[in-house]
Amino acid sequence: MGKKTIIPIGPYHPLLEEPEFFKLYCDGETVVDMVWETGYNHRGIEKICESKTFEQVFYVVERICGICSTSHPFAYANAVESIPGIEIPLRAKYIRTLIGELERIHSHLLWVGLAGHFLGYNTVFMWAWKYREPVLDMFEMITGNRNSYAMFTIGGVRRDIDSERAGKLFKVLDEAEKKINLLIGAVMDDPVIHARLKGVGTLTAKDIHDFGAVGPTARASGVDIDVRRDDPYAAYDLVNWKVITAQAGDVFAKAEVRLLEMLESIKIIRQCLDFLQKNPEGEIKAKVREIPAGIGIGHAEAPRGEVFHFVKSDGGNSPIRHKIRAPSYTCIPTFRRSCIGGTISDAAIATAAVDPCYCCTERMSQAYDFRTGKKLYNAADLIRLSQQKTEEIKKQLHKR
Amino acid sequence: MTKEIFYFLVFPGLLFAGVLGGFLSWFDRKITARVQFRQGPPLFQPLYDFVKLLAKETILPKYGSPLTFLLSPVFALAGATLAAVFILLPVLGIESGFSGDLLVIIYVLNIPSVTYIIGGLASGNPLAAVGSSREIKLILSYELPFLLVLTSIIIKSGMTINLREIIDVQIAQGANIGSLSGIFGFITILMCVQAKLGLVPFDMAEAEGEICDGIMIESSGSVLAIYKLVKYIMFLTLPALICGLFFSGLELSGINILWSILKVLLVVLLITLIRNTNPRVRIKQAMRFFWVWMNLFAVISIILSIIGV
Repeated sequence: MGKKTIIPIGPYHPLLEEPEFFKLYCDGETVVDMVWETGYNHRGIEKICESKTFEQVFYVVERICGICSTSHPFAYANAVESIPGIEIPLRAKYIRTLIGELERIHSHLLWVGLAGHFLGYNTVFMWAWKYREPVLDMFEMITGNRNSYAMFTIGGVRRDIDSERAGKLFKVLDEAEKKINLLIGAVMDDPVIHARLKGVGTLTAKDIHDFGAVGPTARASGVDIDVRRDDPYAAYDLVNWKVITAQAGDVFAKAEVRLLEMLESIKIIRQCLDFLQKNPEGEIKAKVREIPAGIGIGHAEAPRGEVFHFVKSDGGNSPIRHKIRAPSYTCIPTFRRSCIGGTISDAAIATAAVDPCYCCTERMSQAYDFRTGKKLYNAADLIRLSQQKTEEIKKQLHKR
Repeated sequence: MTKEIFYFLVFPGLLFAGVLGGFLSWFDRKITARVQFRQGPPLFQPLYDFVKLLAKETILPKYGSPLTFLLSPVFALAGATLAAVFILLPVLGIESGFSGDLLVIIYVLNIPSVTYIIGGLASGNPLAAVGSSREIKLILSYELPFLLVLTSIIIKSGMTINLREIIDVQIAQGANIGSLSGIFGFITILMCVQAKLGLVPFDMAEAEGEICDGIMIESSGSVLAIYKLVKYIMFLTLPALICGLFFSGLELSGINILWSILKVLLVVLLITLIRNTNPRVRIKQAMRFFWVWMNLFAVISIILSIIGV
């Protein structure tokens, strides 16, 4: 083997929407090894959550990720509600499901667009994002926001959807469905896209089990897992839909799963709107007096896979421990199987194919010396250093 | 001597080709924007881009060869302008050119690509090195079908290697695009031009999503401005060459100006549509595409022109 060159993807790179560092060790165009470095995005969300009340935490976890900004509140709501064992009203269940599925559509459309952009196919990028607009309009009609919807609360949802609005939503949904179908046709029937994506970044079912990958990444490799069906929450067991899987495991299969999932989501949304229109009256929020001491576990199927939230309560008004595991955390490391041995062009699209969300993933950071690889600080050390620094500054201020 | 300098610097060289090429690149961007539901840039955007870049600071790469890095855009500009002069003079019918100018054009057209490679390698950036290696592979792929198409045209025009004579033959006997061999040749040369211009699906040397603009990554300020000007000039020169080889040239007199503009715009439109309806292919796929399919098309074109179809 000849001399290896390091090709950096990141920390700032057009391929990544967020700062993240993939080091590609290349021999010519072939990737022989790959290393992933994180730590650019750490915000200490879990610690912040411990200082907020149970109600406030919703708006913090919503901001973990701008794209799947409902899946985190969804999982958190499931976790908190499991402590006292609250059963939320039926109407709230349907509204939650509706919001969750709308988010899936908009996230998948966003991914299709970005994948097109990474392939240099900017027309698909622009079209997908244009067709995402009606979905965002629907969000605005329901929640008042295009993103970060602030819709969830303990025991239900914060805003109702009346029948008049449901009728309007039906219309926008029809329009969106037409366009999504058009896009699906354009992407699935393009021979050059087939040539570019088939057989690239293939993950076998064994790879998925080894890394514990979830969501569309797993389903594209024939691993039939979906939290919505396996452990139904909200109204997913009340509506009629099916889990989309593909067998190939390559990037094209992942695109196929995401594209077809959008149609399933539209089906679910139709049923939810239908229910809301037929049953115009009903509570949207159960009364919750307090969260007793105990631990709550909740998960939800985000557009990228399973989001897991663990909440520990001591009976006070805020969680004493909040642990989050985002889907990208297990999906991103699969690049070790999908990229190594391929070319740089394939590595770029294969890393993007798991729809990585880096800000979701960063839960802990440690500093290493980049020459020796020795650990310098961990989170506790960094906090201690910060406190020491604060003390010094305080002392200097007092001297003056 | 003054005439040659005028040709090189003003018409049809640097100034003319730069301005008109800038307009064509605006046309390309506007059509692209319309295809993508966007508004698109104003008419003078290419000029704004160029002037703004000239005014910006030029950052020299730390781990490279600064002299080579700075000289390569100058050579690229010289090469592109020379190509513009050699192609536009006969194509517009200003001068008849010299015997065998087609061979010179083949060489001169490669100068910008070669300087991109040298400039990329001189910047010392690993991503630029990847881009340069891809550009080299790309040149190796598209050059052979390009030559074969020219051979087909030469056979068709009665073994003349003078661009003006080729055009004159077309004016007398009808444009090359009207024949079966011409259609095969046209498809091949369109793909080669797409690759020469570095546009999708053959933009892997600059692949933004993979190697962040590859060969151009370290260019900034006036270096990038000159590279941009080179691209503008090539955006006029190559479609004009296609017009000369297949659409019986361009004319600058009377109502024929309109026809000439339409011909160039048609070729640019085709190039724009190809780049907007395809994803970028891998370099391996591009090589296979040119070596197998485009060579096959070009050989078919040659055989057809020998038969006389």
